[in-house]
Amino acid sequence: MVTLFINDLQVSVEDGTTLLEAAKFLGFPIPTLCHMEGLTPYGACRLCVVEIGEGPRAKLVSSCTYPAEQGLRVRTASARVVKARKMVLELLLATCPQSKIIQDLAAAHDLRQQRFKQEYEDCILCGLCTRMCEEQMMAKAIGFRGRGENRSLGTPFDIRSEECRLCGGCMYVCPACQLRCTYNEPERAVCGGCANLSPPCLEKDQFDDMMCYMDPCVACEQEAEDKG
Amino acid sequence: MERLRSIEDLEALRKRLISGRDPSIPTIVITAGTCGQASGANDLIRITKRELLEKRLTGKIHLRITGCHGFCEMEPSVLVEPYGNFYPKLSIEGMSKVIEAVAKGEVAKDLLYADPETGEAVEKRSDIPFYKSQVRTILDRLEQIDPIRIADYIETGGYSALAKVLAKGKSAWVIEEVKASGLRGRGGAGFPTGVKWKLLSKQRDGNGKFLVCNADEGDPGAYMDRSVLEGNPHSIIEGMIIGAYGTGATEGVIYVRNEYPLAIKHLIIALRQAREQGLLGEDILGTGFSFDIRLVRGAGAFVCGEETALMRSIEGKMGEPTQRPPYPVQKGIDGRPTAINNVETWANVPVIIAGGAKKFAKIGTEGNSGTKIFSLVGKIRNTGLVEVPMGATIEEIIYSVGGGAVGDKKIKAVQTGGPSGGCIPTARFDLSIDYDSLTQAGSIMGSGGMIVMDEGTCMVDVAKYFMNFLKDESCGKCFTCRKGTQRMYEILDDISKGQGTSESIDLLEELANVVKDTTMCGLGQTAANPVLSTLRYFRDEYVEHIESKKCRAGVCKELITYSINDDCTGCMVCVKACPEGAITGEKKKLHVIDQEKCIKCGACRSVCKFDAVDVT
Repeated sequence: MVTLFINDLQVSVEDGTTLLEAAKFLGFPIPTLCHMEGLTPYGACRLCVVEIGEGPRAKLVSSCTYPAEQGLRVRTASARVVKARKMVLELLLATCPQSKIIQDLAAAHDLRQQRFKQEYEDCILCGLCTRMCEEQMMAKAIGFRGRGENRSLGTPFDIRSEECRLCGGCMYVCPACQLRCTYNEPERAVCGGCANLSPPCLEKDQFDDMMCYMDPCVACEQEAEDKG
Repeated sequence: MERLRSIEDLEALRKRLISGRDPSIPTIVITAGTCGQASGANDLIRITKRELLEKRLTGKIHLRITGCHGFCEMEPSVLVEPYGNFYPKLSIEGMSKVIEAVAKGEVAKDLLYADPETGEAVEKRSDIPFYKSQVRTILDRLEQIDPIRIADYIETGGYSALAKVLAKGKSAWVIEEVKASGLRGRGGAGFPTGVKWKLLSKQRDGNGKFLVCNADEGDPGAYMDRSVLEGNPHSIIEGMIIGAYGTGATEGVIYVRNEYPLAIKHLIIALRQAREQGLLGEDILGTGFSFDIRLVRGAGAFVCGEETALMRSIEGKMGEPTQRPPYPVQKGIDGRPTAINNVETWANVPVIIAGGAKKFAKIGTEGNSGTKIFSLVGKIRNTGLVEVPMGATIEEIIYSVGGGAVGDKKIKAVQTGGPSGGCIPTARFDLSIDYDSLTQAGSIMGSGGMIVMDEGTCMVDVAKYFMNFLKDESCGKCFTCRKGTQRMYEILDDISKGQGTSESIDLLEELANVVKDTTMCGLGQTAANPVLSTLRYFRDEYVEHIESKKCRAGVCKELITYSINDDCTGCMVCVKACPEGAITGEKKKLHVIDQEKCIKCGACRSVCKFDAVDVT
């Protein structure tokens, strides 16, 4: 067991517990996008940063990957943390404004402006889908490719992987546009996040470049069933 | 090659090698590192070999082909031992003349290095200011040995440090000695090597421990590790064997970037020779101690120089950094304890052991002992590798060793530490070069790149250049590093195009600080340095770009105009040089540039002999 202090509250946790888990145990909310129970922590979204250490040695670390250490002092909502978190959200909003989850988080953190050039990406590369695919579905059908600004997610050579069983797990966990394909009833597939007025996959040409590994997707199949 | 079965065997071999050489026979030393070969050293080698054979001089003149000697500006260069005559920028004809002179026991005076101030020939290399102001403990070894001949290394005292360690037989002594020397990691962060080794030696793991040499040198403009690997690979191998003896490591890995073919070639040869001689592998020098090293080639990602990403790469996975803790010393390659040191750190180990920790600790300053190699590049007269004691000032390096500015433009700043480093202005050139002072000044030591900039360099452009590099080379795992570098580049691009607003600088600064704070690895945490340091020291240039839409260095194309002044003699040279046909004019009449057509390539300015093209 290790004992540490989170916002000056003492807590004892098992060895190997992350700061995020310890903070959650105490009931301190920490926003995350790339964390999910049952998947290995990854530390990609940087929203869950907390401040550790004292004085000039104080630093921000991602709470989802940082292990609890004996006597560590953690602040989950210091001014530095809040400022950083807001900037991360601003960057997220500038990248992926159509995500309902990101919109809600931005609202909850009182973010009132977005000062960067607006982009409309479908993916924040949080890696939830690849971890879901690999660790829970044991498929390893998708993965990261490239680096830096050319980093992307997909199957090798962009050919549908034989490993993929069309389980839909990747979509289920996606925080960026989770709602897009998860409902198969047309009226419920109207996605608040994307502001699409019809089930997105039905108008295929419009969404050709979007990341969708369901081929055909649930909504399309549903429509075919309804018709036939 | 005979296998050495004991320490006595090694010493006997060394004695035999030394006595077999007549020190009075002159040796022509040709620098043939990558830099030397690129500037024509291979031709010099060919011509020398042919002439020595044709003129039957093989017994009278020796030839040694070595790695880089450091003075890259003067490549291809030749050193004649034992006299120390230095012949820079030698042509094939020049080489023949030098051989002729050496055969006669003379000096080819007209080909010697001439002092740039006085124009007088300098007979001895040690009197050249570039060499005189350095303390060369690592670099001077590069000229003493042919990297593909282990005999050269052994003859000049190589593997004597290993023999000393094995004769002592105490692993704790090795660590104590390295600790006492005060050696700090030369890769950039400056972690005390002795402490790292101590931590590794304490780790208990039945599956073995790793030692890694990080030779994934990727900073633009930095090449000291490459030169050491090319010129003296055995020093790295010896350092690693000593490290293994001290820490109880069982496996060694040298991670070299694949862009260094010569370094890889020399390393492969050196590893094979060391193994054949019984200096590496099973039962080293008959002492029962075993350690082997393998070579892993990098796949071209800058981020793999970061230690956790490097380990993933060695494991064969995607080079992505992971959270520390657990530190590599606790859980490294395949979960086994691993200590990673930079090439230069390893090269220092035999020096420390052979010469003693006390002697090493005397060089440099307290807390920053030993020497450091810098690659001095950019707008400076003497580009090359320089080795100075820690604590030397930037001024000493740039003016005494580097010879100051090239041309008539004044030096404005020096960029240290590569893309993760920062720019230091002339006002702070009294700063002593050590890990702590540089960090305080907003830069980092890094692996030792030093890019000198003069008034023709735009600081916004410099920040933009490095941000462009980083946005491509960030692994992309951390959202703030990936997007942050992209957005910083975007803002800098706007500013350089005159589209910045007064909010741009604030946003840039705010973003830079958050990127620094919220990323996981060293790359991301320092990625904001180019922006933050230029903002700190050259904010006026940013403001000028935004408010007056001017680039004083004349670099940012969108903010400058080319025009022709009255000095124009009407020679028509620029008219022919302009790729767009934007310049009109007749012979002996003032030419005019059509601003609509001008693409601001600067071709007219570079060809004009009368300084008649202005940039404003």
